[in-house]
Amino acid sequence: MNFEFEEEHNLLREQAQRLLSDKCDMSVVRSILEGEESYSAELWSAVVEQGWTAVAIPEEYGGLGLGRLALCVIAEELGRAVAPIPFSSSVYLATEAVLLAGTPAQKEAWLPKLASGEVIGTFALSERHGRQTPKLLETRAENGALSGTKLPVPDGDIANFAVVVSASAKGDGASFWLVDLSRSGVSTSPVTTLDPSRSHVELTLDNAVAEPLGADGEGWALTQKILDQAAVLFAWEQVGGAERALYMARDYAMERYAFGRPIASFQAIKHKLAHAYVKNTLARANCYYGAWALDTAASELPVAAASARVSATQAFYYASKENIQAHGGMGFTWEFDCQFLYRRAKLLSVNLGSEAAWQEKLIAGVEQSNLAA
Amino acid sequence: MDFNDSPEEAALREEARRWLNDNALKEQELKGLDGMSRSKLWQKRKFDGGWACIRWPKEYGGRGGSAIEQVIFGQEEGKLAELSGVFSIGQGMAGPTLMAWATEQQKLRYLPPLASGEEIWCQLFSEPAGGSDLAALRTRAERDGDDWIINGQKIWTSGAHYSDYGILVTRSDPEVPKHKGLTYFFLSMKSPGIEIKPIRQISGDSNFNEVYFNDVRIPDAQRLGAVGQGWQVSITTLMNERLSIGAGGSAAGFRAVFELAQRVHINDRPAIEDSAVRAKLADWYCQEAGLKYTGYRALSALSRGETPGPENSIGKLVGAPKTQDMANFAMDIMDMTGAIRDPDLTEKHALFQEAYMAIPGLRIAGGTDEIMANIIAERVLGMPQDIRVDKGVPFKDVPTGAG
Repeated sequence: MNFEFEEEHNLLREQAQRLLSDKCDMSVVRSILEGEESYSAELWSAVVEQGWTAVAIPEEYGGLGLGRLALCVIAEELGRAVAPIPFSSSVYLATEAVLLAGTPAQKEAWLPKLASGEVIGTFALSERHGRQTPKLLETRAENGALSGTKLPVPDGDIANFAVVVSASAKGDGASFWLVDLSRSGVSTSPVTTLDPSRSHVELTLDNAVAEPLGADGEGWALTQKILDQAAVLFAWEQVGGAERALYMARDYAMERYAFGRPIASFQAIKHKLAHAYVKNTLARANCYYGAWALDTAASELPVAAASARVSATQAFYYASKENIQAHGGMGFTWEFDCQFLYRRAKLLSVNLGSEAAWQEKLIAGVEQSNLAA
Repeated sequence: MDFNDSPEEAALREEARRWLNDNALKEQELKGLDGMSRSKLWQKRKFDGGWACIRWPKEYGGRGGSAIEQVIFGQEEGKLAELSGVFSIGQGMAGPTLMAWATEQQKLRYLPPLASGEEIWCQLFSEPAGGSDLAALRTRAERDGDDWIINGQKIWTSGAHYSDYGILVTRSDPEVPKHKGLTYFFLSMKSPGIEIKPIRQISGDSNFNEVYFNDVRIPDAQRLGAVGQGWQVSITTLMNERLSIGAGGSAAGFRAVFELAQRVHINDRPAIEDSAVRAKLADWYCQEAGLKYTGYRALSALSRGETPGPENSIGKLVGAPKTQDMANFAMDIMDMTGAIRDPDLTEKHALFQEAYMAIPGLRIAGGTDEIMANIIAERVLGMPQDIRVDKGVPFKDVPTGAG
């Protein structure tokens, strides 16, 4: 049994923690949240320089070919740092979409630039309130030009291109397109979200030039595959954030005195944080299994990803809200940092589909594996 | 990351499989034997084959093996391991305490028959007035020449009625603060003056006893640790709670409720199609999987010769309330028949009803949910202990309630 990260991953984690404590303390998160910038360009270039955007890209396309366990380590640290950069959109989603569905020419065109940070990608799926299904997709292609509205698109103002999911008359009812966001027929307008430390837009396509990615009518299966993979990485970010929230609460409770004693000595506070620890520990264990399934492209990935995702979503929500609670009134003030984790917890929990959607996927996956057995 | 054995582990697993294949109990051997005789037969066979108490040194009846070897044998032993349940308190708690505190002569006398199952031990710690606050125990030990005379009452003693020996913590000095006035012994459960009464639980079953001590004499040679050092010796016992890694948890788990939800109906459709049912099942799946993979992480640590991290302290705190909630939910989706406990008239021979009645005990035994949460807060998160009003106060002056 070797259910642990390897030495090389531990070294990567140390390197990541050093970089992020240097370039991404909470004042950086605050400056993006309060300011006009969409993301921290300084942090992004440091991340690119470290090669993190190249980690999972094969060497033949200019990547480092280190595999996805390395990506899990980076994800956890980015989550812990509440990093205000478009890493998930570009690396977990756009890069993976090109890797999964791209022709050799498309891979050649995009992957080296994604690896080097020269371009940033994003993934545009959602169009409306409620759970997106192929039947409800309104974005359509006509004569190779794409029209429709995507809302919200993470990092849509930063990205150079988007992988857009459209309706299709064929197959599973959806198709993938590569859209260069600088071309004509594309417009974006900023959308205010719960977490302004991460940028979001409404993307409008009006006969936009688009290049098919993968076969027409296979877009929904591709979407599921990409979401399953990204769910593991999102879950690692969520676990990182949940742990940050837990220790922020613990540290404050040790310092804060009430009734003549540190509030950390009250069982009401101890039990709250013990329960956060329990949730984080379960989520982390499920993330380990998700990491294994992602790294080995195991057939268990859908269930592994869903259980990592559901437990990490719940853990981050609990830890981030109880962190505010443990801080008392100060936790509710703009000046304190508790808000960043609380905002990010909700953003990450819906960014990739709701908790309920992933609970449903989990049970559907169990039913599926029962049929196969 | 992989789930494979190291070459040494694979070799041990193969050896264990071969031995189990040749030595597992057969139907005809078990004919006419009661549960205890079966347990003793299996334990003796493991002992003779060199598979009992795998981590103990050979001279005390063990195998001289590692924790991961113990886990591997346990995995291969499978359901047969349940037969060894009656020995688990003795081997898991009394054995390591003797190993740390008894004389060499005592170890050679008592440990091998404990390993072989020929002698069974129980643990006499909890008292009506000393549960979560164990050190508040009141059973008195008074010196009388070369003996001690014991008077008082213990409670929640598993297996007292079939045990040969017991480990016992007593109050030898009520004039000093509570942790300082304790003294630890072992004694024969056949000693004159011991009276054992079964406790009837809410389920109607009796798995525990009250044990009364009326002028019971214990030779001073059976004291473990110095007079007044009983708390420290008790800590050795409590730190050796059996390695529960890889434990399967209750039968009333995800799989059982999932299958039930496929059979029973809500609004003319299988309950499993109901989204509220699916959401709940998903959460329980996540908890079970989380415990399982936390166990895998612990196994990895053992496999590397490291000590598993504190994350293993969450098992009971997650598992017991989860099983209680799942049993409650399972009966609810049976709807009006949910309350039926007759095994012939209900689902899975009343698995869920029985779990519902048994689990409240599991949330209390071996550290209540609340104590487990305190332990995580204090030992893992480094938060301060609660302020204790009995600190530094002579035990006789500590306020007591109705108990």
